[in-house]
Order: sequence, then C-alpha cells, then structure tokens
Amino acid sequence: MKITTTAAVAGTALLPAFAAGAAELNLICSADVVICEKLVTEFERAHSDIGVNMVRLSSGEAYAKIRAEARNPQTDLWWGGTGDPHLQAAADGLTVEYQSPRLSELHDWAVAQAETSGHRTVGVYSGALGWGYNTRIFEAKGLEEPACWADLLNPDLQGEIQMADPNSSGTAYTALATLVQLMGEDEAFDYLKQLNANVAQYTKSGSAPVRAAGRGEAGLGIVFMHDAVAQTVEGFPIRTIAPCEGTGYEVGSMSLVEGGPNPDEAVVFYDWVLGAEVQDLMPEAGSYQLPSNKAAVASEHAPDLGQVKLIDYDFAEYGSSDRRRALLARWDSEIGGRATD
Amino acid sequence: MNADNRRLDLILAGAVLCLLVLPWYKIRSGFFGFGWIGDMLARPDLWPGAFQAAAGRWQLWPVLLLVAAVAGLRLTAPSGAARGRWLVRLGVLGLAWLVVEGLSVGTRGWNWGLLERLLGEVAGQPAFGAGAVMLGLFFACLISFGAAERGALKGDAFVLTAIVLLILLVAVFVFYPILSIFTGAFQDFDGSFTAQGVRRNIGDPKIWSLSCLTGGGPCGVAWRTLFLALCTASATTVLGLAFALVATRTRFPFKRGLRLLTVLPIITPPFVVGLALTMLLGRSGTLTQLIEAATGLELGRWLYGLTGIWLAQVLSFTPIAFLVLIGVVEGVSPAMEEASQTLRAGRWRTFRKVSLPLMAPGLANAFLIGFIESMADFGNPLVLGGSGGVLSTEIFFSVVGAQNDPSRAAVLAAVLLFFTLSAFLAQRLWLSGRSFATVGGKGDGGRHALLPARVAAPVIGLVALWSLFTVIVYAMILFGGFVKLWGLDHTLTLDHYIRAFGISLDGGLRWTGVAWNSFWTTMTIALIAAPLTAGVGLLTGWLIARQRFPGKAAFEFALMMSFAIPGTVIGISYIMAFNLPPIQMTGTALILVACFVFRNMPVGVRGGVAAMAQLDTSLDEASLTLGANSGRTLRRVILPLLRPAILAALVYSFVRAITSISAVIFLVSAKYNMATAYIVGLVENGQYGVAIAYSSVLIVVMVAVIGIFQLLVGERRLRRPAASEAAA
Repeated sequence: MKITTTAAVAGTALLPAFAAGAAELNLICSADVVICEKLVTEFERAHSDIGVNMVRLSSGEAYAKIRAEARNPQTDLWWGGTGDPHLQAAADGLTVEYQSPRLSELHDWAVAQAETSGHRTVGVYSGALGWGYNTRIFEAKGLEEPACWADLLNPDLQGEIQMADPNSSGTAYTALATLVQLMGEDEAFDYLKQLNANVAQYTKSGSAPVRAAGRGEAGLGIVFMHDAVAQTVEGFPIRTIAPCEGTGYEVGSMSLVEGGPNPDEAVVFYDWVLGAEVQDLMPEAGSYQLPSNKAAVASEHAPDLGQVKLIDYDFAEYGSSDRRRALLARWDSEIGGRATD
Repeated sequence: MNADNRRLDLILAGAVLCLLVLPWYKIRSGFFGFGWIGDMLARPDLWPGAFQAAAGRWQLWPVLLLVAAVAGLRLTAPSGAARGRWLVRLGVLGLAWLVVEGLSVGTRGWNWGLLERLLGEVAGQPAFGAGAVMLGLFFACLISFGAAERGALKGDAFVLTAIVLLILLVAVFVFYPILSIFTGAFQDFDGSFTAQGVRRNIGDPKIWSLSCLTGGGPCGVAWRTLFLALCTASATTVLGLAFALVATRTRFPFKRGLRLLTVLPIITPPFVVGLALTMLLGRSGTLTQLIEAATGLELGRWLYGLTGIWLAQVLSFTPIAFLVLIGVVEGVSPAMEEASQTLRAGRWRTFRKVSLPLMAPGLANAFLIGFIESMADFGNPLVLGGSGGVLSTEIFFSVVGAQNDPSRAAVLAAVLLFFTLSAFLAQRLWLSGRSFATVGGKGDGGRHALLPARVAAPVIGLVALWSLFTVIVYAMILFGGFVKLWGLDHTLTLDHYIRAFGISLDGGLRWTGVAWNSFWTTMTIALIAAPLTAGVGLLTGWLIARQRFPGKAAFEFALMMSFAIPGTVIGISYIMAFNLPPIQMTGTALILVACFVFRNMPVGVRGGVAAMAQLDTSLDEASLTLGANSGRTLRRVILPLLRPAILAALVYSFVRAITSISAVIFLVSAKYNMATAYIVGLVENGQYGVAIAYSSVLIVVMVAVIGIFQLLVGERRLRRPAASEAAA
C-alpha cells in the first residue's frame, strides 16, 4: 500500500513537468555551453512569459538535426556556430527570411552575411582563425613560436598539433576553406598533407584542439582565436597567434527555422539577442568574439581584428553546398583518417 | 449472460467513444496539456476520427466500416467459435489498414510517388494521435477476444490479450525501428528512394580495408572494432575468472571489498572511466608525469586510440564478467575435484583437467558478453577515440556530423548488428549444447579446494593490482570534482558543484545550477521508465514461464535479441522511425521512456523467468481451482511472491535509465535533456570539473536509491513468516 501511495504522490508531483507551458521557444545553440546558458538565463529574466528549451549542438550537428527534421521541424531558432552551415541551411530552404528592425544597428560584416543568404540568416558575432600553443611544452622542447602557417610544417612539431575534422566541425571547415583561398586548392591540399605528419588527432569538436593544448595533451591547436584566448583567461598556458600570411574568419550566425512550432517567440528572441545591451553581457560568459551590434563593447581580452591580416573570405562560394561537398570529399580521400593514431 | 459479450461490449463502447471524442491526430502541444479541449470545435485538425472521415478523409472510412461490422456481429451472432473467427479477422484487418494508411499518407500527401500516379493527389495527414492509438488497441483486443471465443488457451482472454499486446508493442518499438534503418538507407532526405548511398558505402575501404596487415595504412573501422572487441572480451574474461577464483578459492582477506568493486562500474556513467584515465595516463596525466619524472622517458599520447579504449573497457566490463563467472565457479561441484584428488591427481592437475573444463560454458558466456558490451560501447570511444573511432562512434558521426549520411549510418549499423547478433547466436547455440552436460553431481557437502600455489600467487597478485588500479581511478573521479583546474591548479574548490547544483534563495527558492534541468528530467524519466520496464518485463517473464502458446520460443528469442542490439543502433533507429507520421515521438519524453522500457526489458524478463521457476506451479493451480482467473492469480498470488524480482528489475532499469548514453544522445531534445547527454556536452567542451562533479552526484544518488531498494528487499525477507502483512 505504502509504496503505491508514494508512487502515486510522486506521479502527481511530476505531472506538471510534462504539461505544456504557456509560451515556449526551442533553441539550438551552437556556441560554448556557458554562453548558451547565459543567453537563456538572461532571456528568461527579460521575458518571464517565455520558457526556453535549449540544447547545445555543434554547428554540424545542428545543421544535421534541422535537415533531418525538415519534414517536421521541432526547432524554432538556431543561434551561433560558424556561418557556413547557416548559409547552407538557407540555400536548402530550411530557414525563413526575416529582416530584424535592428539590422541597421549591426556591423557591415553581419549585414553582409544576411544579404548573402537573402536575409535568411544574420551575423551575431565574428572571430578570426588562428591557433593557440602551450608555452610550457614549447619551452620544455625548445621550440620556436610558430607565427605563420608555414611554421606549422616544422618536423619538430610532429605529434604536437591538433585540429578538428572538417566533416564534423565548422571551425575546421573554415580552416580548410581559408587555406584554399589563401594558397589555391591544390597547394592547400599539399600543405594539409604535409601538416598531417604533425597532426596527432583530428578532434570532432571545433574548440577541442586548444583545450587539449591547454591541458598539455597536445602542443598546439588550430582554432578560432577567441577560443584560444578563453583558455588563457581561464589560466592555461596558452598563447594566441594570428598567422602572418593572413587568415580567414567566421561570422557566427543566427537563423529562424522554417515551419518551427513557435515562430512568434522565436522572433522575440531574434530581435532581443541582436541588441547592444545583450551582446555587452557576453564577455561575462567567456565569449571573446566581436559582437555584431556596433554599440556593443567587446571584451578587453578579445583579439583585436585590426591587427590581424584578414583575407577576403568568400562566404557565398565556400558556404555553397556543392563547393563544400567537393572540398570535404577531397579532404576525406586525401587526408582524413590517415592521422597517426 | 457470458463474459465474452460483456468484454466485447466494453471495448466496443470504448471504440465508439474514441472515434467520437478523442482527437484522431497528434496534437502538437501535447495531449496531456489538455489545452486542445477548448479549441476542438474551431480547429479541424483536432477533430475525432468520425468527423475527420465525414470531412473527406476517405482513408478513415474503412476504419469506421470495420467498427460498424464488429457492432453488427455483436448484435446478430451469438458468442462462439464462428463469431470468434470473424472477430480475429476484423481485428487483423483493422490493424493492417491502420498500418497501410498510416505509412502511405504522410504530412504532405502520399509518401510514395507510385501511389500518387495511381490514385491522384491526397491531402496530407499528421501523425496518429490519441484516437488512432486507442483504436489500434481496440483492434488488438478484438484479435485476442476473438481467439478466446474460439477457445484458444482454454479461452483465457487475459493471457491472450497480454500476448497480443506484447507482440504489438515489440513489433512497434523494436522491429519497426530496425526496419526503418534499412529503408532509411535507401532514401534521400526528402523521402525519394535511391540505392546510391548504399552502393557508395557498402564497399567503402574506410570500413573494410585490411591494409594495416600489409603495412599500407590504417585498417577499416569494422576490423578495428572487431579486433578491439576480441581483445576486451579476452581480457575481461581472464580478469573476471581471476576475481571469481580469488573470491571463492583463496584466503584473500578483502573479499567483501571485491564484491563492492563490482557494483561501481554498473552505476558509473559510461564515459567517466575514460575521462579519469586521461587525467591519470594522458600525456600530462598525474601518473604519466610521475613515471616521466622517475624514468626520464617520454610516454606521449599512447592512451588515445584503441589502447586507451581497451583499457577503459576492461575496467568497465571486468565486473560483469566476474558476476557471470562467480556463479559458475561456485557451481562447480567440489565432489568432482575431491574425486580427482582421491584418484591421486595433484592440485594443479585437478585444477587444469577438472575445474577449468567444468567452467568452460561460463567462460564462453563471459567472453561473449564482454564481446557484445565492447561492440556496443559508445562513451569510452567518444572520450578516448583518437582520430579513427569505432563502429558505434562512426555511426554517431555519420548522422550528426557535417557529412550527414543516413545510408552510411545504416550500413555501419548493419555491420555492427551482424557482429553482435552472431555473437548472441553463438552464445545461445553453445550454451544450449553444453550447459546441462557440465553441471556436475548433486548433494555434496564439501568445500572448494584452495587454488594450487602456482596459480594462486599470480592470480592474487593480478587481482590486487587491478583492484588498486580501479580504486585509484575512482578516487581520481571523486577528486577531480573538487580541484580548480585539473593538471594545473590543484587548489581544492567547491566551484564545480556550485555551478552544477547551485541554489539561490533570493526571491524564493531558485535552482540556479546548470545541471538541475537535466537532472530533474533524468530522474523523472528514470522513475517513470523503471516501473514500466519491471511491469512489462515481469509480465512477459510470467507468460514465458507459465503459459504455453504456439510460437513461444520465437517470441522469447525475439525479446532477448533486443539485448544484443547496440544502443547506438537503437537510438538512430528510433530517430528514423518516430520522427515522421504515422508515429511521431521525437522531441518528447515519451520516446525516451519507450527506449528505456524496450531496451532494458530483457533483464526484467530473465529475472521474472528465474524467479518464477522457484515458485511451485501448484500455487497457481490452487488459485485457479478455487475459481480465480489468471489475471487475479497473477495479481494476488504470483506478484506478492515475486517482490524481490520486481525490486531487482526496478533497480536495474532505474540505473540503466540514468547511465545509458549511446541511445539517449540521439533522443534528447531541447525540452527533455538527459544527464548523460549533458555531461557529454561538457566533456566535449573540456569542462571536465563540472562533468565530473555531476557524475559523482549521479553515482551518489544511484547508490542511495539502490540502498533504499535493497533495504526494501531485506525487510521483506525478514517478514516472510507474516506473509499476509508483507503482501499488503
């Protein structure tokens, strides 16, 4: 008797957890989990009538999920992650065209991202590609600071480098596309083949390489510079480098999902998150990207993009699915899976 | 008037009611929100089946017709074999029609182009809702009631209904998903059929290459996984045997401690061991640095890749091998060994020629379980995988990775399924051939002989070393939650716990910790799934142990088979099967509950069968003779006596619902996130401290719950003499 009563009481107590809330928003967040949680907390504080269901997925996972659910979307809004999969989703018609009233407050690169996609996505932050290396390991091994892409081919770095697998990580795809634009396709693959001798592991997640470097599991990780800076701020012996030959950058983006269950709430979040006061809060969560709102202030630790030699990254071409598929297929056949395991 | 008519009236009334009242199609905001009641008139998509049919959905007309036919039959024909035969036919027809119309008309019209060409356009329909599901149950009941009227199983409607419903559930939740993986392999993401993907993947050298044997590059992932599974199974079997021998045949002083060690891995979230290993043996791990400082060698990154996965798997699965082997080692009759020694064989010769061969079936069993567990393992390869990965992680990344190739996932899943099912079949064949032959003599009072010295010394050494290693690994796990930055800053701190489980009291109680959300979801779902799993499992166990029906062996085999299906395969098959009409459950809590229930059910079944074997059938017979029907017998006689088995099944399914990751990671959604999936996200982002803090809390919670359950089992045993009170 007692057990059944307890079970019944527990059952009734649990019921509200399964009842549908008044207004809700299903959010996929493709940035660092701390940033994602900060966003959700702040939004729920500002809009107490909307409950947010957030799941963190890397940008590749998020794109896959939205595509898999195309015939029956479960997600309303996709915030963050590199711009390429957002552009691809836009090209596939998986996302909705929307022009926020705040569009005029944004930096040019954020607006350019929106225009490239026919306003199906918009830039929310930006960051340049580079790498972070573990100063302790480099000192102990007597290695020089690698300042250029070419320095990474130094045979002394064998087994010290990590980068992500472009099949699963938007960061690594940006790196691949950057090298192709910087050197030309054949030369870039030659370079990557030589680099492969130094690569210990192709990780699945984009920022994992520099985390491994921070903990001393690797010497150097090819990542976005803001991810490397975050490690330094956390106290790891990481120094961040912008490659001397020039480098690509990402425009972290946001898209509204076509046919999502809560379109109105999604628009509320969309407009809210583009505001300067919200983007000002991001450094508190360890985000060292450049915010897209002109009035927002970047963190003091954020890498100064004025000092970085940026290439003229062609988002339209390298975000298109044909180009992407071709590059990934070539990476798979010539580089992928040949790492010294 | 007879029971046949009474129960037929009952379900007929139910069917009519659900056609007239319950919404036929799925409600987006959820049925249990009950928000739909107010909008029902205004929105045609909420209308019940009868009104949908009247509004022009012709695919529902046959359903109405069948229900009307049943009503007509009830009014015109007397109960009996003839009517029973018709009821079965109508029930089968009804279910078949629901399947056909549900599968062929999707959200945007016909699912297959061929039908569109033949029959013209049709309006799309949403997934089945409450009305459709209830009507499906109605048709299932028709089959069993009809069979009862025909006199099958002595006309026992309760047993027949239980069997029909279980077959229906297993078909929907085990076989339909597996089937959809294979159809998914031949489909593009917009639904059109193509064999291109399968052709591209089936001969892919990345899966099948054998070039590592010739030295020309890495081997295919299938061979790597097979190799790893063989190594893990051998190591866990040897270690498990060593532990079992030490526990039964030596004077090793810490036997109770050994038993305790065996519980730990079962309640550990799966990737935690891998994580602790990186902290211990990774390139800058604690032990690595100690060794490097002492010897001056550079150990490097040997942990990442197959070696590391193997080590983590041996740590995790040795206890399972031990649990399998301890029964066998204890079961070897001392009489045989005594006989051998009386015949002047030495201890060593006795051990080698008598004891070991008698343990062979147990060894085979342990080996095959280790093999299957290693194949299905997902957490350890995810953390320690290096670049290559194994089948289960490759399946995962071919779905969620940027390549997003369902046909590749399906091909890989088929390969994995082939390996595990072969192992499972081999195990069944081997055991059915051997087990009876090796169970030795009866009635011995003797104690097991101690191990011969030349075996005992290395075995005890091995066990002591390995136990020490396990203890260190778990100490690491506890410790890792309390230090600031692992490997750099070992200041003790509670920060990770506060971040995960913080509570703030300003303006009322607020759960500020980041873990609370997934923690409560996990607990809720585990607490819902556990009684369901135990219920379904024991009911099935009862049917298998106590009832005779045609196809019973096949039924039991099909159920047990789901044990051999790796979690990754289950997860992806659920996503493929339940994301689109007719049955749509992705993004709900229901899909998680269903996954746990049908994944963990085989253990409940086994427990039920074993426990029921100990209860004399005369008890049931007495109850039946006294006029109770079988449902009442089950409820009032068998269940109270089965309480320990029920509790064991509850504990197992509760723990598995909390610790499993491989299936869950596909099924979590923004709204229902599970603890393990959340922790994997933390690990991916390098937030080791919080991940470990969260895992430690989970372990403590599970120990507490298991403790509570064991207390309950113990109490019951003490009170056994006062059976009436204990049963109340």
